[in-house]
Amino acid sequence: MNHDAYDDNYIRSILNSVKSIAMVGASPVNVRPSYFAFKYLAQRGYDMVPVNPGHVGKQLLGKPFVASLSDIGRPVDMIDIFRSSSHIMPVVNEALTLSPLPKVIWMQLGARDDAAAEKAEAVGIKVVMNRCPKIEYGRLSSEISWMGVNSRTLSSKRAPIPTQGMRLSLNRMSVGGGATAASDRAAKNKGEPT
Amino acid sequence: MTDRLPGFSTLAVHAGAQPDPTTGARVTPIYQTTSFVFNDADHAASLFGLQAFGNIYTRIGNPTTAVLEERIAALEGGTAALAVASGHAAQVVVLQQLLMPGDEFIAARKLYGGSINQFTHAFKSFGWNVAWADPDDIGSFERAVTPRTKAIFIESIANPAGSITDIEAIAEVARKAGVPLIVDNTLATPYLIRPIDHGADIVVHSLTKFLGGHGNSLGGIIVDGGTFDWSKDNKYPMLNEPRPEYHGIRIQETFGNFAFAIACRVLGLRDLGPALSPFNAFMILTGIETLPLRMQKHCENAKAVAEFLAGHPAVAAVNYAGLASDRYNKLARKYAPKGAGAVFTFSLRGGYDAGVSLVSNLKLFSHLANVGDTRSLVIHPASTTHSQLDDDAKVRSGAGPDVVRLSIGIEDKEDLIADLERALSA
Ligand SMILES: Cc1ncc(COP(=O)(O)O)c(C=O)c1O
Repeated sequence: MNHDAYDDNYIRSILNSVKSIAMVGASPVNVRPSYFAFKYLAQRGYDMVPVNPGHVGKQLLGKPFVASLSDIGRPVDMIDIFRSSSHIMPVVNEALTLSPLPKVIWMQLGARDDAAAEKAEAVGIKVVMNRCPKIEYGRLSSEISWMGVNSRTLSSKRAPIPTQGMRLSLNRMSVGGGATAASDRAAKNKGEPT
Repeated sequence: MTDRLPGFSTLAVHAGAQPDPTTGARVTPIYQTTSFVFNDADHAASLFGLQAFGNIYTRIGNPTTAVLEERIAALEGGTAALAVASGHAAQVVVLQQLLMPGDEFIAARKLYGGSINQFTHAFKSFGWNVAWADPDDIGSFERAVTPRTKAIFIESIANPAGSITDIEAIAEVARKAGVPLIVDNTLATPYLIRPIDHGADIVVHSLTKFLGGHGNSLGGIIVDGGTFDWSKDNKYPMLNEPRPEYHGIRIQETFGNFAFAIACRVLGLRDLGPALSPFNAFMILTGIETLPLRMQKHCENAKAVAEFLAGHPAVAAVNYAGLASDRYNKLARKYAPKGAGAVFTFSLRGGYDAGVSLVSNLKLFSHLANVGDTRSLVIHPASTTHSQLDDDAKVRSGAGPDVVRLSIGIEDKEDLIADLERALSA
């Protein structure tokens, strides 16, 4: 699995199939990226679970914080890890003890741990690294286009007007699989992610 | 569903556009409004905090303009784009993200005269210091690099003489220096050259020229290649340090590979203010739909006119990279195999006076200070676009006193040649 550039269909199939997402490292501070990614995904209809041992007893947008993945007490489809690369492995190890296993492990923009990814993939879990699910959802639905972002998708269909809690269609036509030559070059230039 | 790569012409018509969600209008509507209502206070706060996708105020973004931005980002193969009021505004906004007072950037000597002026005088007053290098001598770029160098700026096809720049060689210098390469792709357009494919990190355009293409609207755009790592060595505080105006968010960390375009929008355009009007965005978008067709015709006509001039006894020299004998022909075949553009210069045996008389005798060519119009245009750069340069700089930038610049339109080439033939013998 090439983790430098993902085909749009891979990301699309994940975002179309998962229903529940546990966000490890979710922050109640409303100017942190994890807070607004959590909020966005909840608004787009995902069943969100905030995981952060420092905030147990509090709620994030009405959802109670849990201390760890094993405290969730019900199956989740995807684990979104909002931690830096050096903190990924223990979270993945814990995820691998869950039953049933999550279908997807997603590491946030800037986070990457190839060894952890390999471990998860060995038991059939799909892995995405160094991406933001909010950005990817916004891009594939073209909701992100207000800020001039290249969604790398085309559509001749009328788009629905997004409202609270509404899932948007991600099934636009992707331009050449969605990855660009430039994104490969960027990944190469970056060398080892920190 | 299998995804195949749509061709350039398909992207030129479709990228970024979609039937209007409210009315079903197929052509992108002109959202001629200053501002957009919020759903509630929380929505407003999320938008202002860069936490949600949506529109606030047309200085920061507009739905008509956003279609233009995505379309050009797609045509250039970038991650995102930001449209602004003019090509010059694009240059200011780009460099504001990269340079602090006292910093330097390296620029090719062969540039549009207005850019040479902007860099030399206006930017100097911001404390941004330009170091000039010769695009025909790659070593001069290497020698100009200092610890304060923050960027390199070149034109893909250089105004006025239509010379072709060796983008890959200069991209390599930029990569070694750890700075982004900015390419002004105005005269080539992405139809002829896609600089990001050759190692550029940022592309700028004057949309006023071939992209809009009809001489009716000013505009500029910045395309983020998504290729540069802004966090490296903490050289770029606008992208990498917590921004006090946005509750301490770091642009690179939050926006990843389109962070530069976001910085240009929320730190540059928002605060400096050179917004594009939605009406101009609409006109330019309409122009772009026919960009491939127009560029083919521009290039075909330019080659025919250049060949005619090269064979004319009154003409001393023609600088058109599309001619096999031209010193830039090898680079043209590498970087612009579909055509060498439609802006070039030539000099007359009769010198300055012959140039002035030619300009006044032409009947179809318009004498004006622009390029990249459907109409054919002519100008004498030494007394107009490049008049603020000293004589030495004029010659070095390809605008000596005997030089006439043409921008070839999409009329019938026989008529253009007949107009020149008559004016040359008048
Ligand atoms: C190559 C080039 N870059 C930039 C500009 C400046 O663009 P604008 O006039 O849209 O500010 C021009 C204008 O002639 C140009 O030819």
